[in-house]
Amino acid sequence: PVFPWFGLDIGGTLVKLVYFEPKDITAEEEEEEVENLKSIRKYLTSNVAYGSTGIRDVHLELKDLTLCGRKGNLHFIRFPTHDMPAFIQMGSEKHFSSLHTTLCATGGGAYKFEQDFRTMGDLQLCKLDELDCLIKGVLYIDSVGFNGHSECYYFENPTDAERCQKLPFNLENPYPLLLVNIGSGVSILAVYSKENYKRVTGTSLGGGTFFGLCCLLTGCSTFEEALEMASHGDSTKVDKLVRDIYGGDYERFGLPGWAVASSFGNMMSKEKRESVSKEDLAKATLITITNNIGSIARMCALNE
Amino acid sequence: GGSLTKLAYYSTVQHKVARVRSFDHSGKDIENEPLYEISVQEEITARLHFIKFENTYIETCLDFIKDHLVNTETKVIKATGGGAYKFKDLIEKKLGLKVDKEDVMTCLIKGCNFVLRNIPHEVFAYQKDSDTEFRFQTNHPNIFPYLLVNIGSGVSIVKVETEDKFEWIGGSSIGGGTFWGLGALLTKTKKFDELLQLASKGQHTNVDMLVKDVYGGAYQTLGLSGNLIASSFGKSTTADKEFSKEDMAKSLLHMISNDIGQLACLYAKLHNLDKIYFGGFFIRGHPVTMRTITYSINFFSKGEVQALFLRHEGYLGAIGAFLKGAEQDNPNQYSWGENYAGSSGLMSTSPDVYPMQRTRSGTFDMLEMDRLERPLVNLPLLKDPSTYIPDTVDLTDDAMARKYWLTCFEEALDGVAKRAAASQPDSVDALERAEKFRQKYWNKLQTLRQQPFAYGTLTVRSLLDTREHCLNEFNFPDPYSKVKQKENGIALKCFQSVIESLDSLGWEERQFALVKGLLAGNVFDWGAKAVSDVLESEPQFGFEEAKSKLQERPWLEDSYSQWLERLKEGPPHKCALIFADNSGIDIILGVFPFVRELLSRGTEVILACNSGPALNDVTYSESLIVTERIAAMDPVIQSALREEKLLLVQTGSSSPCLDLSRLDKGLAVLVRERKTDLVIIEGMGRAIHTNYYAALKCESLKLAVIKNSWLADRLGGKIFSVIFKYEVPCK
Repeated sequence: PVFPWFGLDIGGTLVKLVYFEPKDITAEEEEEEVENLKSIRKYLTSNVAYGSTGIRDVHLELKDLTLCGRKGNLHFIRFPTHDMPAFIQMGSEKHFSSLHTTLCATGGGAYKFEQDFRTMGDLQLCKLDELDCLIKGVLYIDSVGFNGHSECYYFENPTDAERCQKLPFNLENPYPLLLVNIGSGVSILAVYSKENYKRVTGTSLGGGTFFGLCCLLTGCSTFEEALEMASHGDSTKVDKLVRDIYGGDYERFGLPGWAVASSFGNMMSKEKRESVSKEDLAKATLITITNNIGSIARMCALNE
Repeated sequence: GGSLTKLAYYSTVQHKVARVRSFDHSGKDIENEPLYEISVQEEITARLHFIKFENTYIETCLDFIKDHLVNTETKVIKATGGGAYKFKDLIEKKLGLKVDKEDVMTCLIKGCNFVLRNIPHEVFAYQKDSDTEFRFQTNHPNIFPYLLVNIGSGVSIVKVETEDKFEWIGGSSIGGGTFWGLGALLTKTKKFDELLQLASKGQHTNVDMLVKDVYGGAYQTLGLSGNLIASSFGKSTTADKEFSKEDMAKSLLHMISNDIGQLACLYAKLHNLDKIYFGGFFIRGHPVTMRTITYSINFFSKGEVQALFLRHEGYLGAIGAFLKGAEQDNPNQYSWGENYAGSSGLMSTSPDVYPMQRTRSGTFDMLEMDRLERPLVNLPLLKDPSTYIPDTVDLTDDAMARKYWLTCFEEALDGVAKRAAASQPDSVDALERAEKFRQKYWNKLQTLRQQPFAYGTLTVRSLLDTREHCLNEFNFPDPYSKVKQKENGIALKCFQSVIESLDSLGWEERQFALVKGLLAGNVFDWGAKAVSDVLESEPQFGFEEAKSKLQERPWLEDSYSQWLERLKEGPPHKCALIFADNSGIDIILGVFPFVRELLSRGTEVILACNSGPALNDVTYSESLIVTERIAAMDPVIQSALREEKLLLVQTGSSSPCLDLSRLDKGLAVLVRERKTDLVIIEGMGRAIHTNYYAALKCESLKLAVIKNSWLADRLGGKIFSVIFKYEVPCK
């Protein structure tokens, strides 16, 4: 396909953009390259931030990749979905449509903004199904690896802070697998082969819930800020633990004292509401959402 | 519990019962003596009481216990729930009893099994946007296995397989405490009930990110509707916008209910269970949470699983704790009956009626259950006990019928109270008690007008039973005792002449005359207003006149020809079970000649009468005396009694209606032993208000005269229309 190579995932909260920067451009090609294309490449690769909200995740960049017979780097850029109009406006200003490239897009926004792309940017989107793209993406990224490392990893001894460590996971024989995609909301897919998969269920308690609740509870304004706060908080002040109710473990059900019995359960009390910090609240929100996703995912794995 | 103390206690209750006793007639002038002696005696029965106190009034609760702990050997009080720890010292100090803490979940499940087994219409499903928000389920003979999802601060999911076997299979920390705690943080509203109020007024779409917010419409390839929540609180991901308290509370409620519903469905699927009962303070009678949980279960199970709720859910733990303490008495060996007089109903959900009550979190303030003297079981001849519904019309469903019957019972109330007072002429406070009865029943009727679902499915039977319970409550154990005594006496005097005239008829004529006699006897029913008017104004209204009032054939429901054919062509029945209706003319001149004919054909007869009084229905003890007197006149009856071919049993009921799923165990045993192949049910209460559609495994005869013009009209007939329904089960 003709350059530039883009892939766009327009989610409920964030737009994810991947850009392939060819590194094997011949002198001949360079000569033929139109000014627009050059300027786009330059703009994207020489910056790490775009406008006030666009960010390039430099640490994720995949180097020296071969894609469709070309060598180059894969860049990962993101910006909030509510800036989509500005993004389309920019595409229009840079005369993106004159490049005659096909803009492949997925995610709900591919449908929601299709009309805007056409009218404002004179661009025809190639809409692709979200779940198809997701599985293709997982399999591809694992196949190329992460700059020599394994893309897929897991945590060993996750409940033991001392011994917990991140270890690579081999995805050579992946099927069947459960794919839990946590965006604003959560979709859970059971994947039996490259082509054979189904959406098992989903939950509305996802990244958007974490971020949304954190904004309301702490007044933070970015996802990073929310995560940063969470990393400094103590959720046990906010949550009611098993030991808060039973004084220790609840042996009848094999529940350890440290398990959360009621998320935000301590917040029923006025005194305790007044004694918790924003960080504690952010941490509790994170724990609530992640535990819940874990629980549903486990049940789906068992049922499937 | 967290905010309420629920108390279950067992006591003996002294109340008056009517007894009948045969006179020793030897050497006396039988002609002018009454048939038997009626006496009112004190009887002691066992009753389970349940009562609620707010924890703020724990001292009042303890005083209450102290006041009731008289003449008792009680040394230990069983306690469960968080408060069992919190209030342990206070309880021990104040009451001088040892507090025995019991496991919460064990108590909960014990209590749950108990109500599922003993309280009819305990279980209901919630339906949104329906005239009747509550749909009650009939008790399934086999209650296991089920899933109990208890939503307190957190969520516990328990699989219950047998009486003693249950397993905690999972849970979630996102529960009522999350709604309350997070809700309080978000809205600065402190009380749980106020949060629910806020939620019921909010618009979650202002806070939640919907599928259409992401896609611009539905996600069609997956069939996800545009209105589905994609991300709870997904729109609040901004620091510079204000959200209303109502909207946030609603969004939170949806988030939590959906999450619990989803997990419950996943667990139900994994364990292959289709019944999920929900309980805990998050649910407790709150229509808002029942609605969202029901929606969620329906969505996630694609309609395969139904969310079910319990009327007495708030009491399960207390009931269970009590049962643990009473294990040596083995309460499960008994049957229990809900006492409608002593129980308050399900809270109103209509905001216009009781705006104050709506905010309360209790489904029930009081519950009383009477221990029945004998265990109750299914009639073994029921075709399908799991689908048997005794009542013909569900008045919670049928608004027109409900209006009519409530008015009908209201209009009859003054008369009932008057008759009750008149039945105890020697009692100084009879008038006062009758007025108290009138007031109590009147209030019950008003409650039922506003909340038809207050005591489970509203039926003519429940209205009648409630009236009986209220009469008993004010010591009118049997207002009709004297009327029955008199009528029995009069009817006995006519017995021989009736038999003679029947015997003079040819076989076919006699069969018809017997059926007509049975129907005519049934006209004598003090329970129906139309007849009581006639009877009170024309006391001479006799048996023959009753016959002439009957509708001419073809009757409104008429399978008499098939019945006659069956008698003519078929072999005699092995054994007939007859549920008798009224005292006096009905039993003596209607039922007995019929019984006599059956006996002569070689058919054994089990005659089942009520254990306790209801209206002018013949009771078991009355039937013993009446039968003895008839036997003295009639050799057929006499020898049948001697040879045990005629057996008298009690039904286990004190209702003018008949629930074939709750009958005396002795009756059931006898029915099986004698290989009963014919069931005869007579009277409006037993054959029309109940059992009209009951399917049996054997032949059955349901007969009644419709003595209510509205009902007759509804069935397409006139007053005194005849129902004669002979049914043979399909082979």
